[in-house]
Amino acid sequence: MSTIKEVQDEIISEFEILGDDKESTIFYIMELGANLKPFPESERKEEHIIKGCQSKVWLIADEKEGKVKFQADSNTDITKGLIYLLIRVLNDRRPEEILHADLDFIQKIGMGGIIGSQRSNGLAAMIKQMKLYALAFQTKQNA
Amino acid sequence: MSLNIDQIRGLFPVLHQEVHGKPLVYFDNAATTQKPKAVLNALQDYYEKDNSNIHRGAHALADRATRDYEETREVVKDFIGAREAAEIIFTKGTTESINLVAQTFGRKFIGKGDEIIISTMEHHSNIVPWQMVCEEKGGILKIIPINEAGEILFEEFEKLLTPKTKLVSIVHASNALGTINPVKKIIDAAHAVGAKVLLDGAQSTSHLDIDVLDLNCDFLAFSAHKLYGPTGLGVLYGKREVLEVMPPFLGGGEMIKEVTFEKTTYNEIPFKFEAGTPNIADVIAFKAALNFIQDLTKTKIRSHEDGLLAHANDLMKEIKGFIPVGIAKEKVSVLSFNINGMHPFDVGQMLDAKGIAVRTGHHCTQPLMKRFGIEGTVRASFAVYNTKTEIEKLAEGVAQIARLKNK
Repeated sequence: MSTIKEVQDEIISEFEILGDDKESTIFYIMELGANLKPFPESERKEEHIIKGCQSKVWLIADEKEGKVKFQADSNTDITKGLIYLLIRVLNDRRPEEILHADLDFIQKIGMGGIIGSQRSNGLAAMIKQMKLYALAFQTKQNA
Repeated sequence: MSLNIDQIRGLFPVLHQEVHGKPLVYFDNAATTQKPKAVLNALQDYYEKDNSNIHRGAHALADRATRDYEETREVVKDFIGAREAAEIIFTKGTTESINLVAQTFGRKFIGKGDEIIISTMEHHSNIVPWQMVCEEKGGILKIIPINEAGEILFEEFEKLLTPKTKLVSIVHASNALGTINPVKKIIDAAHAVGAKVLLDGAQSTSHLDIDVLDLNCDFLAFSAHKLYGPTGLGVLYGKREVLEVMPPFLGGGEMIKEVTFEKTTYNEIPFKFEAGTPNIADVIAFKAALNFIQDLTKTKIRSHEDGLLAHANDLMKEIKGFIPVGIAKEKVSVLSFNINGMHPFDVGQMLDAKGIAVRTGHHCTQPLMKRFGIEGTVRASFAVYNTKTEIEKLAEGVAQIARLKNK
Protein backbone atom coordinates (compact mmCIF):
# COMPACT_ATOMS: atom_id res chain seq x y z
CA MET A 1 0.00 0.00 0.00
CA SER A 2 1.26 3.47 -0.87
CA THR A 3 2.22 5.84 1.92
CA ILE A 4 0.25 9.00 2.71
CA LYS A 5 2.98 10.99 1.01
CA GLU A 6 2.86 8.86 -2.14
CA VAL A 7 -0.92 9.18 -2.45
CA GLN A 8 -0.67 12.94 -1.95
CA ASP A 9 2.00 13.18 -4.67
CA GLU A 10 -0.26 11.24 -7.05
CA ILE A 11 -3.09 13.69 -6.41
CA ILE A 12 -0.80 16.68 -6.87
CA SER A 13 0.36 15.41 -10.27
CA GLU A 14 -3.24 14.72 -11.35
CA PHE A 15 -4.16 18.31 -10.55
CA GLU A 16 -1.03 19.61 -12.29
CA ILE A 17 -2.36 18.22 -15.58
CA LEU A 18 -5.43 20.45 -15.20
CA GLY A 19 -3.23 23.55 -15.05
CA ASP A 20 -4.64 26.89 -13.94
CA ASP A 21 -8.08 26.48 -15.44
CA LYS A 22 -10.43 26.80 -12.49
CA GLU A 23 -13.46 25.60 -14.39
CA SER A 24 -12.00 22.26 -15.42
CA THR A 25 -10.54 21.80 -11.93
CA ILE A 26 -13.97 22.26 -10.34
CA PHE A 27 -15.54 19.84 -12.83
CA TYR A 28 -12.76 17.36 -12.06
CA ILE A 29 -13.37 17.61 -8.30
CA MET A 30 -17.08 16.99 -8.91
CA GLU A 31 -16.30 13.94 -11.02
CA LEU A 32 -14.08 12.56 -8.27
CA GLY A 33 -17.05 12.71 -5.92
CA ALA A 34 -18.84 10.12 -8.01
CA ASN A 35 -16.20 7.57 -6.88
CA LEU A 36 -17.35 7.76 -3.26
CA LYS A 37 -18.85 4.51 -2.01
CA PRO A 38 -22.60 4.78 -1.26
CA PHE A 39 -23.15 5.98 2.29
CA PRO A 40 -25.34 3.72 4.46
CA GLU A 41 -28.75 5.39 4.77
CA SER A 42 -29.10 4.16 8.36
CA GLU A 43 -26.07 6.31 9.31
CA ARG A 44 -27.43 9.52 7.80
CA LYS A 45 -28.08 10.92 11.26
CA GLU A 46 -27.82 14.38 12.78
CA GLU A 47 -24.95 13.30 15.06
CA HIS A 48 -22.80 12.34 12.06
CA ILE A 49 -23.10 15.73 10.37
CA ILE A 50 -20.14 18.08 10.11
CA LYS A 51 -21.78 21.38 9.37
CA GLY A 52 -20.19 23.74 6.90
CA CYS A 53 -21.95 26.99 6.02
CA GLN A 54 -23.87 25.73 3.00
CA SER A 55 -22.98 22.08 2.53
CA LYS A 56 -23.62 19.16 4.85
CA VAL A 57 -21.17 16.32 5.36
CA TRP A 58 -21.90 12.99 7.02
CA LEU A 59 -18.82 11.17 8.30
CA ILE A 60 -18.50 7.87 10.15
CA ALA A 61 -15.46 5.78 11.03
CA ASP A 62 -14.81 2.23 12.06
CA GLU A 63 -11.74 0.31 13.11
CA LYS A 64 -10.72 -3.04 11.60
CA GLU A 65 -7.47 -4.80 12.42
CA GLY A 66 -6.01 -1.66 13.88
CA LYS A 67 -6.85 0.47 10.84
CA VAL A 68 -9.42 3.23 10.49
CA LYS A 69 -12.11 2.94 7.79
CA PHE A 70 -13.95 6.11 6.87
CA GLN A 71 -17.26 6.50 5.10
CA ALA A 72 -18.67 9.88 4.17
CA ASP A 73 -21.15 11.71 1.99
CA SER A 74 -22.30 15.24 1.25
CA ASN A 75 -25.33 17.00 -0.19
CA THR A 76 -23.13 18.91 -2.64
CA ASP A 77 -21.12 17.40 -5.46
CA ILE A 78 -17.99 19.53 -5.06
CA THR A 79 -17.78 18.66 -1.36
CA LYS A 80 -18.18 14.99 -2.27
CA GLY A 81 -15.08 15.32 -4.43
CA LEU A 82 -13.16 16.85 -1.53
CA ILE A 83 -14.21 14.03 0.79
CA TYR A 84 -13.16 11.51 -1.82
CA LEU A 85 -9.67 13.04 -1.85
CA LEU A 86 -9.39 12.97 1.95
CA ILE A 87 -10.57 9.37 2.14
CA ARG A 88 -8.17 8.39 -0.62
CA VAL A 89 -5.29 9.75 1.48
CA LEU A 90 -6.37 8.77 4.99
CA ASN A 91 -8.48 5.63 4.67
CA ASP A 92 -7.30 2.25 5.90
CA ARG A 93 -4.40 3.58 7.94
CA ARG A 94 -3.33 3.24 11.53
CA PRO A 95 -4.62 5.99 13.87
CA GLU A 96 -1.13 7.39 14.52
CA GLU A 97 -0.47 7.70 10.78
CA ILE A 98 -3.67 9.73 10.42
CA LEU A 99 -2.86 11.85 13.45
CA HIS A 100 0.60 12.69 12.15
CA ALA A 101 -0.43 13.15 8.51
CA ASP A 102 0.67 16.47 7.07
CA LEU A 103 -1.92 17.01 4.36
CA ASP A 104 0.18 19.38 2.28
CA PHE A 105 -1.47 18.35 -1.00
CA ILE A 106 -4.30 20.78 -0.20
CA GLN A 107 -1.95 23.71 -0.14
CA LYS A 108 0.20 22.43 -3.03
CA ILE A 109 -2.84 22.07 -5.29
CA GLY A 110 -3.86 25.60 -4.31
CA MET A 111 -7.19 24.25 -3.12
CA GLY A 112 -8.04 27.42 -1.19
CA GLY A 113 -8.10 29.43 -4.41
CA ILE A 114 -10.14 26.78 -6.19
CA ILE A 115 -12.88 26.14 -3.65
CA GLY A 116 -12.99 29.48 -1.83
CA SER A 117 -13.01 30.32 1.85
CA GLN A 118 -16.36 28.80 2.88
CA ARG A 119 -15.52 25.36 1.54
CA SER A 120 -11.93 25.61 2.80
CA ASN A 121 -13.32 26.05 6.31
CA GLY A 122 -15.53 23.03 5.72
CA LEU A 123 -12.54 21.03 4.48
CA ALA A 124 -10.58 21.93 7.62
CA ALA A 125 -13.54 20.81 9.74
CA MET A 126 -13.60 17.46 7.90
CA ILE A 127 -9.88 16.87 8.50
CA LYS A 128 -10.29 17.79 12.14
CA GLN A 129 -13.14 15.31 12.54
CA MET A 130 -11.15 12.53 10.81
CA LYS A 131 -8.22 13.16 13.14
CA LEU A 132 -10.58 13.16 16.14
CA TYR A 133 -11.82 9.73 15.09
CA ALA A 134 -8.18 8.59 14.77
CA LEU A 135 -7.42 9.93 18.23
CA ALA A 136 -10.40 8.10 19.70
CA PHE A 137 -9.31 4.81 18.13
CA GLN A 138 -5.72 5.33 19.25
CA THR A 139 -6.86 5.95 22.80
CA LYS A 140 -8.95 2.77 22.63
CA GLN A 141 -6.01 0.75 21.27
CA ASN A 142 -3.72 2.00 24.03
CA ALA A 143 -6.24 1.39 26.76
CA MET B 1 -33.84 58.29 -24.50
CA SER B 2 -32.57 55.09 -22.97
CA LEU B 3 -29.44 54.87 -20.84
CA ASN B 4 -25.96 54.59 -22.30
CA ILE B 5 -24.84 51.50 -20.41
CA ASP B 6 -21.29 51.53 -21.81
CA GLN B 7 -20.85 55.02 -20.48
CA ILE B 8 -22.31 54.03 -17.10
CA ARG B 9 -19.97 51.02 -16.88
CA GLY B 10 -17.08 53.41 -17.43
CA LEU B 11 -17.94 55.04 -14.08
CA PHE B 12 -17.37 51.78 -12.15
CA PRO B 13 -13.67 50.86 -11.91
CA VAL B 14 -14.31 47.50 -10.22
CA LEU B 15 -16.25 46.11 -13.18
CA HIS B 16 -13.23 46.18 -15.43
CA GLN B 17 -11.33 43.16 -14.20
CA GLU B 18 -10.92 39.46 -14.81
CA VAL B 19 -11.63 36.75 -12.26
CA HIS B 20 -10.21 33.27 -12.84
CA GLY B 21 -9.06 34.50 -16.24
CA LYS B 22 -12.58 35.52 -17.35
CA PRO B 23 -14.13 39.00 -17.53
CA LEU B 24 -16.09 39.68 -14.35
CA VAL B 25 -19.87 39.48 -14.63
CA TYR B 26 -21.19 40.94 -11.40
CA PHE B 27 -24.68 39.65 -10.60
CA ASP B 28 -24.61 39.93 -6.81
CA ASN B 29 -26.17 43.38 -6.70
CA ALA B 30 -28.91 42.51 -4.22
CA ALA B 31 -26.10 41.79 -1.74
CA THR B 32 -24.26 44.99 -2.54
CA THR B 33 -23.89 47.21 -5.58
CA GLN B 34 -20.59 48.48 -6.90
CA LYS B 35 -19.60 52.11 -6.36
CA PRO B 36 -19.18 54.76 -9.04
CA LYS B 37 -16.00 56.81 -9.21
CA ALA B 38 -17.85 59.86 -7.84
CA VAL B 39 -18.45 58.03 -4.55
CA LEU B 40 -14.82 56.92 -4.33
CA ASN B 41 -13.66 60.46 -5.09
CA ALA B 42 -15.96 61.92 -2.45
CA LEU B 43 -14.49 59.57 0.16
CA GLN B 44 -10.95 60.51 -0.79
CA ASP B 45 -11.74 64.23 -0.97
CA TYR B 46 -13.28 64.20 2.46
CA TYR B 47 -10.24 62.60 4.07
CA GLU B 48 -7.79 64.72 2.08
CA LYS B 49 -9.47 68.06 2.60
CA ASP B 50 -12.22 68.17 5.20
CA ASN B 51 -11.70 65.41 7.75
CA SER B 52 -13.03 66.71 11.02
CA ASN B 53 -15.62 65.85 13.63
CA ILE B 54 -18.97 67.41 12.84
CA HIS B 55 -21.18 69.80 14.86
CA ARG B 56 -19.81 72.16 17.49
CA GLY B 57 -16.35 72.42 15.91
CA ALA B 58 -15.09 75.98 16.12
CA HIS B 59 -13.07 75.78 12.91
CA ALA B 60 -13.34 75.75 9.14
CA LEU B 61 -12.86 72.03 8.57
CA ALA B 62 -15.56 71.10 11.06
CA ASP B 63 -17.85 73.62 9.39
CA ARG B 64 -17.28 72.11 5.96
CA ALA B 65 -17.70 68.54 7.19
CA THR B 66 -20.89 69.47 9.07
CA ARG B 67 -22.30 71.26 6.04
CA ASP B 68 -21.59 68.29 3.73
CA TYR B 69 -22.92 65.77 6.25
CA GLU B 70 -26.17 67.68 6.70
CA GLU B 71 -26.43 68.23 2.97
CA THR B 72 -26.64 64.46 2.46
CA ARG B 73 -29.52 64.40 4.92
CA GLU B 74 -31.32 66.91 2.69
CA VAL B 75 -30.59 64.82 -0.41
CA VAL B 76 -31.90 61.66 1.30
CA LYS B 77 -35.01 63.57 2.34
CA ASP B 78 -35.67 64.52 -1.29
CA PHE B 79 -34.75 61.01 -2.50
CA ILE B 80 -37.60 59.44 -0.52
CA GLY B 81 -39.94 62.44 -0.49
CA ALA B 82 -39.89 63.05 3.26
CA ARG B 83 -41.33 66.22 4.74
CA GLU B 84 -38.20 67.37 6.54
CA ALA B 85 -34.55 66.39 6.94
CA ALA B 86 -35.03 65.87 10.70
CA GLU B 87 -36.96 62.72 9.85
CA ILE B 88 -33.82 61.16 8.35
CA ILE B 89 -31.64 59.24 10.82
CA PHE B 90 -28.29 57.80 9.81
CA THR B 91 -27.58 54.27 11.04
CA LYS B 92 -25.15 51.44 10.22
CA GLY B 93 -27.58 49.86 7.78
CA THR B 94 -31.06 48.44 7.33
CA THR B 95 -30.49 45.93 10.12
CA GLU B 96 -29.62 48.64 12.62
CA SER B 97 -32.52 50.80 11.43
CA ILE B 98 -34.98 47.99 12.14
CA ASN B 99 -33.34 47.19 15.47
CA LEU B 100 -33.54 50.86 16.41
CA VAL B 101 -37.32 50.81 15.91
CA ALA B 102 -37.64 47.47 17.72
CA GLN B 103 -35.61 48.62 20.72
CA THR B 104 -37.25 52.04 21.06
CA PHE B 105 -40.74 52.05 19.54
CA GLY B 106 -41.12 48.32 20.15
CA ARG B 107 -40.07 48.31 23.77
CA LYS B 108 -42.19 51.34 24.57
CA PHE B 109 -45.38 50.52 22.69
CA ILE B 110 -45.59 46.72 22.54
CA GLY B 111 -47.23 45.30 25.64
CA LYS B 112 -48.41 41.89 26.71
CA GLY B 113 -50.71 40.38 24.08
CA ASP B 114 -49.98 43.08 21.48
CA GLU B 115 -49.34 41.90 17.96
CA ILE B 116 -46.64 42.53 15.38
CA ILE B 117 -47.23 41.30 11.83
CA ILE B 118 -44.48 40.36 9.40
CA SER B 119 -44.54 38.18 6.28
CA THR B 120 -43.17 34.79 5.29
CA MET B 121 -40.62 36.42 2.98
CA GLU B 122 -38.84 38.60 5.54
CA HIS B 123 -35.07 38.76 5.82
CA HIS B 124 -33.84 37.53 9.21
CA SER B 125 -33.15 41.15 10.12
CA ASN B 126 -36.88 41.82 9.93
CA ILE B 127 -37.73 38.73 11.98
CA VAL B 128 -35.25 38.44 14.82
CA PRO B 129 -35.56 42.01 16.23
CA TRP B 130 -39.34 41.47 16.59
CA GLN B 131 -38.89 38.05 18.15
CA MET B 132 -36.60 39.71 20.70
CA VAL B 133 -39.19 42.40 21.49
CA CYS B 134 -42.04 39.88 21.67
CA GLU B 135 -40.06 37.68 23.99
CA GLU B 136 -39.26 40.55 26.30
CA LYS B 137 -42.66 42.22 26.30
CA GLY B 138 -45.00 39.27 25.86
CA GLY B 139 -46.03 40.32 22.36
CA ILE B 140 -47.24 38.01 19.61
CA LEU B 141 -45.59 37.72 16.20
CA LYS B 142 -47.97 36.89 13.34
CA ILE B 143 -46.92 35.84 9.86
CA ILE B 144 -48.59 36.68 6.55
CA PRO B 145 -48.62 33.58 4.31
CA ILE B 146 -47.63 33.62 0.64
CA ASN B 147 -48.64 31.68 -2.48
CA GLU B 148 -46.48 29.42 -4.68
CA ALA B 149 -45.48 32.34 -6.89
CA GLY B 150 -44.04 34.10 -3.85
CA GLU B 151 -46.78 36.70 -3.42
CA ILE B 152 -48.39 37.81 -0.19
CA LEU B 153 -51.96 36.63 0.37
CA PHE B 154 -53.55 40.00 1.05
CA GLU B 155 -56.88 38.59 2.26
CA GLU B 156 -55.00 36.47 4.80
CA PHE B 157 -53.15 39.59 5.93
CA GLU B 158 -56.44 41.41 6.48
CA LYS B 159 -57.61 38.53 8.66
CA LEU B 160 -54.51 38.87 10.85
CA LEU B 161 -55.21 42.54 11.61
CA THR B 162 -56.90 43.22 14.96
CA PRO B 163 -57.15 46.16 17.36
CA LYS B 164 -54.18 44.51 19.12
CA THR B 165 -51.94 44.97 16.06
CA LYS B 166 -49.40 47.64 16.98
CA LEU B 167 -46.97 47.26 14.09
CA VAL B 168 -46.74 45.76 10.62
CA SER B 169 -43.13 45.39 9.49
CA ILE B 170 -42.87 44.27 5.93
CA VAL B 171 -40.35 44.01 3.15
CA HIS B 172 -41.06 46.26 0.16
CA ALA B 173 -39.18 44.03 -2.31
CA SER B 174 -38.01 40.54 -1.33
CA ASN B 175 -34.26 40.00 -1.40
CA ALA B 176 -34.60 36.27 -2.10
CA LEU B 177 -37.41 36.33 -4.69
CA GLY B 178 -37.61 39.87 -6.01
CA THR B 179 -41.35 40.09 -5.27
CA ILE B 180 -42.64 43.65 -4.92
CA ASN B 181 -45.27 43.69 -2.21
CA PRO B 182 -48.48 45.77 -2.48
CA VAL B 183 -47.27 47.97 0.34
CA LYS B 184 -49.67 50.87 -0.17
CA LYS B 185 -52.66 48.58 0.34
CA ILE B 186 -50.93 46.97 3.32
CA ILE B 187 -50.15 50.34 4.91
CA ASP B 188 -53.74 51.59 4.48
CA ALA B 189 -55.18 48.41 5.97
CA ALA B 190 -52.76 48.51 8.90
CA HIS B 191 -53.53 52.16 9.62
CA ALA B 192 -57.24 51.35 9.64
CA VAL B 193 -56.70 49.31 12.83
CA GLY B 194 -54.32 51.91 14.28
CA ALA B 195 -51.08 50.00 13.62
CA LYS B 196 -47.85 51.65 12.51
CA VAL B 197 -45.99 50.32 9.48
CA LEU B 198 -42.28 49.83 8.92
CA LEU B 199 -41.11 49.20 5.37
CA ASP B 200 -37.88 47.29 4.82
CA GLY B 201 -36.66 49.14 1.76
CA ALA B 202 -33.25 47.48 1.47
CA GLN B 203 -34.08 45.99 -1.93
CA SER B 204 -36.65 48.46 -3.21
CA THR B 205 -34.96 51.85 -2.86
CA SER B 206 -32.46 51.22 -5.65
CA HIS B 207 -35.10 50.09 -8.15
CA LEU B 208 -38.39 51.82 -7.37
CA ASP B 209 -39.43 55.43 -6.96
CA ILE B 210 -40.08 55.94 -3.28
CA ASP B 211 -42.39 58.60 -1.92
CA VAL B 212 -42.89 58.10 1.80
CA LEU B 213 -45.67 60.69 1.93
CA ASP B 214 -47.63 58.98 -0.79
CA LEU B 215 -46.98 55.53 0.72
CA ASN B 216 -47.75 56.99 4.15
CA CYS B 217 -45.44 54.49 5.88
CA ASP B 218 -44.40 55.36 9.43
CA PHE B 219 -40.86 54.04 9.01
CA LEU B 220 -38.62 53.20 6.08
CA ALA B 221 -35.30 51.39 6.56
CA PHE B 222 -32.62 51.03 3.90
CA SER B 223 -28.88 50.72 3.29
CA ALA B 224 -26.53 52.97 1.34
CA HIS B 225 -24.38 50.13 0.01
CA LYS B 226 -27.23 48.66 -2.02
CA LEU B 227 -27.72 52.10 -3.59
CA TYR B 228 -24.24 52.42 -5.11
CA GLY B 229 -23.07 54.05 -1.88
CA PRO B 230 -20.57 53.08 0.83
CA THR B 231 -20.93 50.13 3.21
CA GLY B 232 -21.64 50.55 6.90
CA LEU B 233 -24.26 53.24 6.40
CA GLY B 234 -28.04 53.07 6.49
CA VAL B 235 -31.06 55.25 6.88
CA LEU B 236 -34.08 55.17 9.08
CA TYR B 237 -36.89 57.46 8.01
CA GLY B 238 -39.62 58.00 10.57
CA LYS B 239 -42.54 60.38 10.76
CA ARG B 240 -41.70 63.23 13.12
CA GLU B 241 -44.66 62.58 15.40
CA VAL B 242 -43.60 58.95 15.83
CA LEU B 243 -39.87 59.64 16.25
CA GLU B 244 -40.59 62.30 18.86
CA VAL B 245 -42.44 59.94 21.18
CA MET B 246 -39.81 57.21 20.86
CA PRO B 247 -37.14 56.96 23.55
CA PRO B 248 -33.49 57.23 22.42
CA PHE B 249 -31.65 54.15 21.14
CA LEU B 250 -28.01 54.49 22.21
CA GLY B 251 -26.81 56.83 24.91
CA GLY B 252 -23.73 58.99 24.50
CA GLY B 253 -22.50 62.16 22.87
CA GLU B 254 -24.54 64.12 20.34
CA MET B 255 -27.88 62.67 21.44
CA ILE B 256 -28.15 64.81 24.57
CA LYS B 257 -29.42 68.29 25.28
CA GLU B 258 -28.01 68.55 28.78
CA VAL B 259 -26.31 66.05 31.05
CA THR B 260 -26.07 66.28 34.81
CA PHE B 261 -25.40 63.34 37.06
CA GLU B 262 -28.99 63.58 38.23
CA LYS B 263 -30.76 63.75 34.89
CA THR B 264 -30.10 63.94 31.18
CA THR B 265 -32.39 65.62 28.69
CA TYR B 266 -32.29 64.46 25.12
CA ASN B 267 -31.57 66.29 21.93
CA GLU B 268 -34.11 66.91 19.17
CA ILE B 269 -34.60 64.48 16.27
CA PRO B 270 -32.64 63.33 14.31
CA PHE B 271 -29.72 63.83 16.74
CA LYS B 272 -31.52 62.04 19.55
CA PHE B 273 -30.92 58.85 17.57
CA GLU B 274 -27.36 59.53 16.40
CA ALA B 275 -25.23 58.98 19.49
CA GLY B 276 -21.48 59.22 19.13
CA THR B 277 -19.38 60.31 16.17
CA PRO B 278 -21.30 59.16 13.12
CA ASN B 279 -20.01 57.64 9.90
CA ILE B 280 -19.17 61.07 8.52
CA ALA B 281 -17.13 60.13 5.45
CA ASP B 282 -19.64 57.58 4.19
CA VAL B 283 -22.58 59.90 4.77
CA ILE B 284 -20.84 62.61 2.76
CA ALA B 285 -19.96 60.18 -0.05
CA PHE B 286 -23.49 58.78 -0.09
CA LYS B 287 -24.67 62.05 -1.60
CA ALA B 288 -22.65 61.25 -4.73
CA ALA B 289 -24.36 57.86 -5.00
CA LEU B 290 -27.81 59.40 -4.69
CA ASN B 291 -26.94 62.04 -7.27
CA PHE B 292 -25.77 59.27 -9.60
CA ILE B 293 -29.17 57.59 -9.30
CA GLN B 294 -31.17 60.82 -9.58
CA ASP B 295 -29.23 61.84 -12.70
CA LEU B 296 -30.11 58.58 -14.43
CA THR B 297 -33.63 58.58 -12.97
CA LYS B 298 -35.18 55.52 -11.37
CA THR B 299 -37.67 55.24 -14.20
CA LYS B 300 -34.86 54.63 -16.68
CA ILE B 301 -32.91 52.42 -14.29
CA ARG B 302 -35.97 50.26 -13.68
CA SER B 303 -36.82 50.04 -17.34
CA HIS B 304 -33.29 48.83 -18.12
CA GLU B 305 -33.31 46.32 -15.24
CA ASP B 306 -36.77 45.02 -16.19
CA GLY B 307 -35.42 44.44 -19.69
CA LEU B 308 -32.52 42.41 -18.27
CA LEU B 309 -34.85 40.32 -16.12
CA ALA B 310 -37.21 39.65 -19.02
CA HIS B 311 -34.27 38.63 -21.22
CA ALA B 312 -32.98 36.29 -18.49
CA ASN B 313 -36.43 34.74 -18.02
CA ASP B 314 -36.75 34.14 -21.77
CA LEU B 315 -33.38 32.40 -22.02
CA MET B 316 -33.59 30.44 -18.79
CA LYS B 317 -37.00 28.93 -19.40
CA GLU B 318 -35.51 27.00 -22.33
CA ILE B 319 -32.94 25.30 -20.07
CA LYS B 320 -33.74 21.74 -19.08
CA GLY B 321 -33.61 21.38 -15.30
CA PHE B 322 -34.03 25.13 -14.62
CA ILE B 323 -36.42 25.72 -11.70
CA PRO B 324 -37.36 29.36 -11.04
CA VAL B 325 -38.08 30.26 -7.41
CA GLY B 326 -40.40 33.25 -7.05
CA ILE B 327 -42.45 34.11 -10.12
CA ALA B 328 -44.49 37.01 -8.80
CA LYS B 329 -46.09 39.30 -11.35
CA GLU B 330 -44.43 42.36 -9.82
CA LYS B 331 -40.70 41.91 -9.33
CA VAL B 332 -37.47 43.84 -9.07
CA SER B 333 -34.52 42.48 -11.05
CA VAL B 334 -33.81 39.37 -8.99
CA LEU B 335 -33.64 35.92 -10.58
CA SER B 336 -33.71 33.16 -7.98
CA PHE B 337 -33.50 29.58 -9.18
CA ASN B 338 -32.34 26.03 -8.71
CA ILE B 339 -31.03 23.39 -11.08
CA ASN B 340 -32.68 20.02 -10.85
CA GLY B 341 -30.38 17.52 -9.11
CA MET B 342 -27.78 20.10 -8.07
CA HIS B 343 -26.95 21.97 -4.89
CA PRO B 344 -27.09 25.76 -5.32
CA PHE B 345 -23.63 26.13 -3.77
CA ASP B 346 -22.13 23.92 -6.49
CA VAL B 347 -23.93 25.88 -9.20
CA GLY B 348 -22.66 29.14 -7.71
CA GLN B 349 -19.10 27.93 -7.53
CA MET B 350 -19.18 26.67 -11.12
CA LEU B 351 -20.55 30.03 -12.26
CA ASP B 352 -17.77 31.74 -10.31
CA ALA B 353 -15.25 29.67 -12.27
CA LYS B 354 -16.79 31.27 -15.38
CA GLY B 355 -16.28 34.74 -13.89
CA ILE B 356 -19.96 35.13 -12.98
CA ALA B 357 -20.62 36.34 -9.43
CA VAL B 358 -23.93 35.19 -7.93
CA ARG B 359 -25.08 34.44 -4.39
CA THR B 360 -26.24 31.04 -3.19
CA GLY B 361 -27.90 29.73 -0.06
CA HIS B 362 -30.88 30.76 2.01
CA HIS B 363 -30.26 34.51 1.57
CA CYS B 364 -31.01 35.05 5.28
CA THR B 365 -34.61 33.98 4.67
CA GLN B 366 -34.70 30.49 6.15
CA PRO B 367 -38.46 30.50 6.92
CA LEU B 368 -39.10 31.43 3.28
CA MET B 369 -36.89 28.61 2.02
CA LYS B 370 -38.74 26.25 4.34
CA ARG B 371 -42.05 27.46 2.87
CA PHE B 372 -40.81 26.38 -0.57
CA GLY B 373 -39.32 23.16 0.81
CA ILE B 374 -35.81 24.00 -0.40
CA GLU B 375 -32.46 24.59 1.25
CA GLY B 376 -31.57 27.58 -0.82
CA THR B 377 -31.37 29.06 -4.29
CA VAL B 378 -28.92 30.55 -6.73
CA ARG B 379 -29.64 34.26 -6.96
CA ALA B 380 -28.58 36.49 -9.82
CA SER B 381 -29.53 40.11 -9.22
CA PHE B 382 -29.11 42.84 -11.80
CA ALA B 383 -28.16 46.50 -11.56
CA VAL B 384 -28.05 49.43 -13.94
CA TYR B 385 -24.54 48.62 -15.23
CA ASN B 386 -25.38 45.05 -16.29
CA THR B 387 -25.85 44.22 -19.96
CA LYS B 388 -27.84 41.79 -22.10
CA THR B 389 -24.55 40.21 -23.20
CA GLU B 390 -23.83 39.42 -19.56
CA ILE B 391 -27.30 37.87 -19.22
CA GLU B 392 -26.49 35.68 -22.22
CA LYS B 393 -23.24 34.56 -20.57
CA LEU B 394 -25.20 33.63 -17.46
CA ALA B 395 -27.73 31.66 -19.49
CA GLU B 396 -24.98 29.84 -21.40
CA GLY B 397 -23.21 29.02 -18.15
CA VAL B 398 -26.36 27.80 -16.44
CA ALA B 399 -27.28 25.70 -19.48
CA GLN B 400 -23.86 24.05 -19.49
CA ILE B 401 -24.01 23.32 -15.75
CA ALA B 402 -27.61 22.06 -15.94
CA ARG B 403 -26.65 19.55 -18.66
CA LEU B 404 -24.42 17.72 -16.14
CA LYS B 405 -27.51 16.41 -14.36
CA ASN B 406 -30.28 16.97 -16.90
CA LYS B 407 -29.42 15.13 -20.09
